[in-house]
Amino acid sequence: MKSLKNHLSLVVALLSILFSIQTFIIVERSITAYKESLANNYSLVIVSQKKVQEKSLISKNSIIVSVDELSPDDVIKKLNSGIKKKNIELLKLSLPKFYKLKLSHYPSPDEINNLTKGLLRDKSIIKVETFAKSHDTTYKLLLLFKSVITVFAFSVGVVTILLIAKELKIWQLKHHERMSIMALFGAPTWLRSAVLFRLAIVDALIASAMAFILFSYISSDVWVQEQFETIGIKVVVFDKITDFGVMLGIAMALSTLLATFIVIGHKEEV
Amino acid sequence: MDKVIVAQNLSLSYSKDETIINKVTFSIDSGSFVFITGASGSGKSTLLKSLYGALKPVEGSLVVAGVELKGVTKSKLNLLRKHTGIVFQDYKLVKEWTIEKNIMLPLIISGYDKGVTQNQVDSLLKHVRLKHQSGKYPKELSGGEQQRVAMARALSHNPVLILADEPTGNLDDYSSQLIWNLLEGANEQLKSTVIVVTHHIPESLSVDYKHFHIEYGSIHEVS
Repeated sequence: MKSLKNHLSLVVALLSILFSIQTFIIVERSITAYKESLANNYSLVIVSQKKVQEKSLISKNSIIVSVDELSPDDVIKKLNSGIKKKNIELLKLSLPKFYKLKLSHYPSPDEINNLTKGLLRDKSIIKVETFAKSHDTTYKLLLLFKSVITVFAFSVGVVTILLIAKELKIWQLKHHERMSIMALFGAPTWLRSAVLFRLAIVDALIASAMAFILFSYISSDVWVQEQFETIGIKVVVFDKITDFGVMLGIAMALSTLLATFIVIGHKEEV
Repeated sequence: MDKVIVAQNLSLSYSKDETIINKVTFSIDSGSFVFITGASGSGKSTLLKSLYGALKPVEGSLVVAGVELKGVTKSKLNLLRKHTGIVFQDYKLVKEWTIEKNIMLPLIISGYDKGVTQNQVDSLLKHVRLKHQSGKYPKELSGGEQQRVAMARALSHNPVLILADEPTGNLDDYSSQLIWNLLEGANEQLKSTVIVVTHHIPESLSVDYKHFHIEYGSIHEVS
């Protein structure tokens, strides 16, 4: 029971910081995946008096991935009644050209502005339709979501650092006596602090293992998968190798840093 | 005879305003049994602390077992402490360790192997009549028993120098006698130098001893 208590406080602090970091990573991945999905469904339409060269357009604007000409047939069909075939051919020739531009990623409002300006520099392009209003709303929603999660992760981070700082003081008091006694019998610093580092490493392992179990469960949960499917994205909630490695690294770094601070701050009794 | 302690014009203090020990000069022969007496607050414990490097000289020089303690490095101090056994007035046992592990501490620090360590601890536990309590924690023992554990710890690594600060203060006659016997044994058999800070020198002692008295910051040998 006493041993469990010794471990619990640091494990809880480490677990909460790992939880907030992994949550932030999941949100980052979701936003990236959502942006990709938006980019796939988003395109600009340009109207040109002349036929545009796809290669020259792409070379001038690296964000453009492909240029597809939109056929005027649908519009002409509606006007078809009573128009002679010859006149239809003439109409086709006099109509401007419509192109759909696919982009490499979901652009920011600034990128859209720059792209529009760049396209309009070409005298033959007379109109660029960016669907700015709906784009702006979606983009701002994404940014808001990201900001809320960042604030949440930051708050959890601050609370956890305060928890760890408090834990540092408790550990300092708890280990001070033993370290002082060991010093009086000539124990070198590494031996005096061995127990402390062992405890820190064990706590980091426990916290990482608990986080591993928690996120493995979350990632395999049907409800969670359904939520991502609903918004049409596929997200790796928890990569059992990479994410666990990051978690373990962070937990180890934090707990050994805590132990190092205690060792540095240890003053021998007189 | 070799000197294990040589102090020259040694001054000790905890603050700039007050000097506890003022420019004292004395020496202690290797293998001797020494008592340091003095009134409460005279500086007996302060002098003892300086002998294991917990308090650095503010003036003069203090050489213990060949190590100059003024400006001593950490590694040299650790080396000196490895060869010193200290018995504290407040025992200074590690609360979260069993008494067996507490006694083992100097042996672990000195890097003895497990077999030697266990044999030595078993033998010491028998000497201090605590064999049956080896798995207990300090708080489960009486003051006298804790002091016997502290004594066993101080002797466990056969130190060349044993420093004891009021080792029998507040102890019953049985525990006191056991501790004096152990200190005498270490002095006679291991040839350890024993320095004891105390208010009263026991009459039952069989070893030859030297007696230093501290008064008003000075030290003098009592003949």
